Amino acid sequence: MSEDAVRSTTVYQRTAKDVLLGMWGSIARFFRLMARNRLGFVGFLIILFYFVVSFLGPLVMPVDNNTKVDRIFERPSWRHPLGMDHQGRDVLSQVVNGGRDILTTALLTALISTAIGITLGALASVIGGGVDNLLVMLADIFMAVPQFPLLVVLAGFIQVSSMAFLALILAVLSWPGLFRAVRAQVLSLRERDYVEAAVLLDLGTPHIIFREILPNMMSYIAISFAFSMTGAIYSQTGLVLLGLVPFSSQNWGVMISIAWTRGAIFYRDAAVYILAPVFAIAIFQLAMVWMTRSLEEVFNPRLRARA
Amino acid sequence: MSLASSHDVPLIEVRGLGRAFGSRRRRVWAVDDVSFRVPRGEILCLVGESGCGKTTTGKLIAGLLRPSRGEVRFEGQDIWKIERKSFKRYRTAVQLIHQDPYASLNPMQTVYEIITAPLFRHNLVSSRAHAWERCLELFHIVGLTPPEDLLRKHPHELSGGQRQRVSVARALTVNPSFIVADEAVSMVDVSIRVSLLSMLGRLRDEFGVTFLFITHDLALAKYFAWDGRIAVMYVGDIIEISDTPRLVNDPQHPYTQALLSAVPEADPELTRNKRRIALRSQDIPSLQNLPPGCRFHPRCPRFVEGLCDVEPPALLETGDGREVACHLVVRQEAVA
Amino acid sequence: MEGTIVQQLPWSKGQAEEALLSVRDMWIEYQAARGAVKAVRGVDFDIFPGESMALIGESGCGKTTLGLGIIRLLVKTAEIVRGQVIYRRDGSAVDVRSMDEEQLRQFRWQDCAMVFQSALSAFNPVLRIRDQMYETVKAHRSASRAEVTEIAYPLLRRVQLEPERVLRAYPHELSGGMRQRVLIAMALLLNPPMIILDEPTTALDILTQRTIIDLLRALQSDFRFAMMFISHDLSLAAELANHVATMYAGCIVEYGTVNQIFYEPHHPYTLGLIKAVPTVTGDFQDLSSIAGSPPDLIDLPLGCKFHVRCPFATRRCEEEEPELMHIGPEHAAACFYTDEVERQADRAWEEIRNPQGAFA
Repeated sequence: MSEDAVRSTTVYQRTAKDVLLGMWGSIARFFRLMARNRLGFVGFLIILFYFVVSFLGPLVMPVDNNTKVDRIFERPSWRHPLGMDHQGRDVLSQVVNGGRDILTTALLTALISTAIGITLGALASVIGGGVDNLLVMLADIFMAVPQFPLLVVLAGFIQVSSMAFLALILAVLSWPGLFRAVRAQVLSLRERDYVEAAVLLDLGTPHIIFREILPNMMSYIAISFAFSMTGAIYSQTGLVLLGLVPFSSQNWGVMISIAWTRGAIFYRDAAVYILAPVFAIAIFQLAMVWMTRSLEEVFNPRLRARA
Repeated sequence: MSLASSHDVPLIEVRGLGRAFGSRRRRVWAVDDVSFRVPRGEILCLVGESGCGKTTTGKLIAGLLRPSRGEVRFEGQDIWKIERKSFKRYRTAVQLIHQDPYASLNPMQTVYEIITAPLFRHNLVSSRAHAWERCLELFHIVGLTPPEDLLRKHPHELSGGQRQRVSVARALTVNPSFIVADEAVSMVDVSIRVSLLSMLGRLRDEFGVTFLFITHDLALAKYFAWDGRIAVMYVGDIIEISDTPRLVNDPQHPYTQALLSAVPEADPELTRNKRRIALRSQDIPSLQNLPPGCRFHPRCPRFVEGLCDVEPPALLETGDGREVACHLVVRQEAVA
Repeated sequence: MEGTIVQQLPWSKGQAEEALLSVRDMWIEYQAARGAVKAVRGVDFDIFPGESMALIGESGCGKTTLGLGIIRLLVKTAEIVRGQVIYRRDGSAVDVRSMDEEQLRQFRWQDCAMVFQSALSAFNPVLRIRDQMYETVKAHRSASRAEVTEIAYPLLRRVQLEPERVLRAYPHELSGGMRQRVLIAMALLLNPPMIILDEPTTALDILTQRTIIDLLRALQSDFRFAMMFISHDLSLAAELANHVATMYAGCIVEYGTVNQIFYEPHHPYTLGLIKAVPTVTGDFQDLSSIAGSPPDLIDLPLGCKFHVRCPFATRRCEEEEPELMHIGPEHAAACFYTDEVERQADRAWEEIRNPQGAFA
């Protein structure tokens, strides 16, 4: 081997095996931290389950598109645990496929609104002055308007053509909450002694924001993220139920809407058809709330070592 | 800076320092008109009760607050009038140790991260290995053992005393020449205070660090600054500065006398027989509604009507290197 | 009455039956994630009517837990595992631990009142002082507002506060010193024979401290209540106490009269504390720290809990835990080497009174 090659292989001490072990270690540690709070861990597992089923499930269980007139609103059976819908199609496959769009939109919404909230919150509190006043006023205006009715009105005017667009709208309407919280937190954390020490040591404003202040807000941000997702799911479902968002793809909200309009409530056997998506959404939201309890411990080392 | 000038210019000097808080209509002067010098290698204690402005003075000297009036001079230069580069040099040359060991370290970082942040930021170390070595060195100086163990921990896993030592180690990473210790041992157990103070004393003896030691505990001030000076503050002003042995045994200002007589001692016979000075009033003046003339006059047992409530006394030298702000003391001196 | 017979402590200043409060074999534990924290481990002492006892110790020694345990004000996770708290009045005795809710309610302010630190958290921020006083009295005994006001006025004057102004005020409108005085007045509303004070002068300025100390001394001489105060401040004990108990890792390690504890300490921890606290009067005093730190109360080491930090420790101290032993009239210490400690103490006081060295 050439001299360079020898040097590079000896300098690069971590083998692929080391890297994998390292990743496994982090994952294991994360699991252990989440497991500290029982309820939170249960919530976490449920969320995990939802994501796996919603994103991988459709590959295994594609939507049943064959209309079978003789099996309309059939009762649940072993082969079709959730029965059949108004067109004799399997409900379970619809539930499995119905999560992907909702969860994706929710994730996108949470990502965008969290990003906006943090950026503007940090900017406002660090720059202060006129910028701060302007942003706060803006946030107040947004918060003064009731979110859902505004969404309804907007949906009437704007053609919501894609998930991403919907996510954007939802995010734009929900950023003030996190913005105000981030701003308040940064303003208060700025006064902390350890931040003062960082100023004394001339560690620089970027360091102070990203290494001193933000990490102390992580649990707050993570929990806000989770609630942003739940809010987005409610908003989406509401819009879909009202028929304001023309989704053609599989979607729990669409399922509820169709089940309702197709009269599933009139057939006892078809109760599952309308209840399945409702429960799907409700259980996800609940699990999210539970999971936030564990998130607090993950992001706060102080809580971890409670003697 | 040439060697010659660094000998006669005090390391830190404040002149007419003042700092106000509040809106234009309701201004409160937490620090009113403070002047003193701290020569290189010395210890000056700033002593006073809560609200006297000693912490604010400390922050002004550390450059964390801008003065509303007066100057803070480092090595002879006004820190708020120098260019950025010099200000940066001053910034790391003057450090502050906070009072609360539970608030002065970022709970999300490990001790290693806390100490090495300034080392890496200012390129004081060339590699990770060098950083590790420097950590061990600093830990040795501040008396933290075992270093390997402690470096990996988070602040909440350490005791109050250990955290204060980490704070000091962090301050030392940038090789400061001046340290403001703001009640640095007040929240630590009594049995380890002395060892923390000894460690700080060693910093001065071995590394020539100059100290401004802020405390409300006169006994601690006496112990730490025995061969230094004590400045007593009252409601934003300095009312007496003197070398410690003389201040403690022969205080001139009535407030200093009252303070010293009021301190309870850890010696039953001494403390139960100590002569207590009774003050005329219990009320602490509010910063918004200051008494005219000498601020201490409503409580002063030696109050002279027509003099003390009219004219605020200036901090004047009494001829033997001490400074007192009291009309009666100055009068006495004049007569003597 | 049976559960109220207690063992006589040889170092008590009188018969146990004459004591106002007798604590025997008190063990308090509280639950933490890692295990049980043994906060108080086998504490015995007597408090006699009208006397004042100081419980001195540093953070984590269990002194506050002990104080709260006596009036059963512990948090839910804490439990008095064992022990007797015998309270005697008018010839009858009762174990506080066996009291029911109603009896405890009456006990807590009429017989034994507690004065907490004057921090704002000791008050209900939305109630004016007069309402707070009224609520406090009502919680322990039925009374009308007029009655309470009548008692409150002279008391507030006695603690050098203006009744009209203070009663109308909210807690945040008063200074720390004023709040402490209000708390003291509140404790005296029902004229209890005993008061427990938790860190009464911590976080107060020097001059305010002085007022409170002098006030407590005067009040005690007027009202003749017994006073137990808990503090980390030795000088407070020097000012006010008749007897002092130093506490370490959940146990009383030394008990004695105030002069004995200060001038003739027989336990290394007491000696260490005295050598660590400077006086303001007089010449320069060389002080020393106590090396090391307190033990883990969940996983206590064997033997004497102080041995790791003790300059007199031997093999024996690592294996055997010393009990409080009677070493003189009204004096007890939990150490095998009290003679050496006594010698060291003599030398230390010699130094203080006749300092050698450059500054003498």
